[in-house]
Amino acid sequence: MTLVLYKSRDQGRLGRMSGWVRANFFAGVASGLTTILLSLVALAVLTRFLDWSVLNAVWTAPPGDSSPCRAVHDGACWALVGEKYRFMLFATYPYEAQWRPATACVLLIGLYVISAIPACWRRGLLLVWVAGLVAVAVLMWGGVAGLSFVPQDKWGGLPVTLLLSTFGILAAFPAGILVALGRQATALPAIRIMCIGYIELIRGVPLVSLLFMASFVFPLFLPQGIDIDKLLRAQLALILFSAAYIAEVVRGGLQSVPSGQVEGAMALGLRYWRIQMLIILPQALRNALPPLVSTAISIFKSTSLVLVVGIFDLLSSGKASIVDPAWQGFGLEMFITISLIYFIFCFSMSRYSKYIERRLV
Amino acid sequence: MNRFSLQDPHNRRIAWQMLAVGTVATLAGWFFWNAIGNFDARRAGFGLDFLLRPANIPIGETLIDYAPGDANYRALLVGLLNTVLVAAFGILLATILGTVLGVARLSGNYVASRLAAAYVEFVRNVPLLAHLFVIYLVLQRLPSLRTALSVGNLAFLSNRGLVIPAINLGFSSMTLFAGAAALLVTGMTMRPFTSGPVSRAGVKGCLAVAFVCTMVGLASMTITLPVLEGRAFVGGRTISPELTALVLGLTIYYASFIAEIVRSGILSVPKGQWEAAAALGLRRSWTLRLVVLPQALRLMIPPVTNQYLDLAKMTSLAIAIGYPDLVAVANSIITDTGRAIECVAIIMGAFLLVNLSISTFMNWLNLRVAVVGGAK
Repeated sequence: MTLVLYKSRDQGRLGRMSGWVRANFFAGVASGLTTILLSLVALAVLTRFLDWSVLNAVWTAPPGDSSPCRAVHDGACWALVGEKYRFMLFATYPYEAQWRPATACVLLIGLYVISAIPACWRRGLLLVWVAGLVAVAVLMWGGVAGLSFVPQDKWGGLPVTLLLSTFGILAAFPAGILVALGRQATALPAIRIMCIGYIELIRGVPLVSLLFMASFVFPLFLPQGIDIDKLLRAQLALILFSAAYIAEVVRGGLQSVPSGQVEGAMALGLRYWRIQMLIILPQALRNALPPLVSTAISIFKSTSLVLVVGIFDLLSSGKASIVDPAWQGFGLEMFITISLIYFIFCFSMSRYSKYIERRLV
Repeated sequence: MNRFSLQDPHNRRIAWQMLAVGTVATLAGWFFWNAIGNFDARRAGFGLDFLLRPANIPIGETLIDYAPGDANYRALLVGLLNTVLVAAFGILLATILGTVLGVARLSGNYVASRLAAAYVEFVRNVPLLAHLFVIYLVLQRLPSLRTALSVGNLAFLSNRGLVIPAINLGFSSMTLFAGAAALLVTGMTMRPFTSGPVSRAGVKGCLAVAFVCTMVGLASMTITLPVLEGRAFVGGRTISPELTALVLGLTIYYASFIAEIVRSGILSVPKGQWEAAAALGLRRSWTLRLVVLPQALRLMIPPVTNQYLDLAKMTSLAIAIGYPDLVAVANSIITDTGRAIECVAIIMGAFLLVNLSISTFMNWLNLRVAVVGGAK
């Protein structure tokens, strides 16, 4: 037995290969059985899925005609996505002007990408963001430079998802930092209690109930005649929600900064805000960067909940696009496509979080 | 001589707090004032009196008796029970699946660890709502009742939902279970205070009698298997596609997060613990059970609690696929009666209560597994 092992180790590449295979696939009876069983199950599921999604799939169909899909017994109907993708991506935005939200999406994604590169982290980035957001606003609303005006209730699809998450994170970030600082301020008990109450209340209730609050209750709290747009109200609810979660992540970062840092800064004669801005927050936010990215991912995913109050984000536009008598009974394909779009965004963010984590150590 | 000055740190602190409280109070007061004005203008009224009025909404699935025409509070109670049902099953199943996946990711078997990793990466990067829609549509594409997929003739899966054997608890077995539970609780609470052979034997006796009660209770209850008769199943309990999709979605989604927690919990136990246990001659499975898991559990409980709380809150997505949970019922009542503030407040209060119960239980569990005298 030992002899065999000794030999196989010295057999060069092939021997090492077989050793690796034995160690990772057939380390024992149980391991061998697991390998065989799991491989068979995975293979069966994969072939079944390939059959459905590729081999038996219908890729094209004449406009408004689902008969090619109905003719196939067990195959995906990607023709549905081909016909409805414009509605899924841009919903009710005027059809001939849909290059505008498309460009806005590209601009927003460009902003995310350059903000993710550590070499770009300098003051100029703020100006780039301001310019980018102004351009997005001009593209989406129009009304200037010969672009026709498109009111907010016509917006939908991917740009709404991206805007809700962008502002949900951008506005909630400073608010979250303030709340986290308030929660840590032991010398200010009244502020501390309010911050704790806010965080615990928001984290204790579902986002759906906050969205209900924004859509049913909030209008009652405003004077008559003042009407805030539905999209803006949902955005406010999202910001309120995200700020509480960001505050808890920032608090974790604040707690990771040794107390000697505050004492040292106080010994230098610095006041509270200068201590926080110059000494504590830079270290705390650096430590909290990986969990902040995870929070950003979950905020991005949670924007899909605006569906329950009837706002057309990517997911609810997709859901609305398949409500068509001609395509009755199809729709799975649409949701798989949407899932893939969400996956691309979230997966790149989570990979990025891993990269940042490695860079920081 | 003491002149009031804002340069004094003490005064500054008080001024800041007054400013903050004042701002919040002003805002709240303004909202309140507007709300009163709006109520007068709409003549909608405000109060909890609507709870006693008859509800005009039909509810498909109920755990307690309910019919349209019953009071609104009963409809809300039906919704709350449905929410608790979904949350309980979701937490239970997600924990089981998540633990299996987390251990599989660490397994030496390449296929198992890769498959688990692929599962986790894919599932947690897609919103829960998208999962729910996909699962719901897949369930609708299942075979019809006549050709339902059967699991050993015990359970049947079709596009009308899942049919499982019905368990009929008679009065006698209910009493026996209640007795067993009482004995178990007594035995477990007395255990820390027992010393000496007599009282220890008493605790053991308690547990033994509880075990016997449970067994007899299990033996005396009846199970009816579902049988397809004509166009419907008779004898079993039907779980609607909506409930199946919701529980499946929550399980699949949260299992991916729990798997990561289990994995990092086990990984954070120092390697030396494995080696020391091996040096003592403990088997691998014993090492995992007696040495590694107790230490990993301590690290896992706080993040797992967060996932449980999240799962309980996300049961509110039931409204998107049409399962009558608390939020969906409250939503119907809002459309019916127009009492938005009251209903949203009831939703929030109920979820705070559910979350408080979960976190209280998990904190108690955490205290039990914490190191005695160790760092908190």
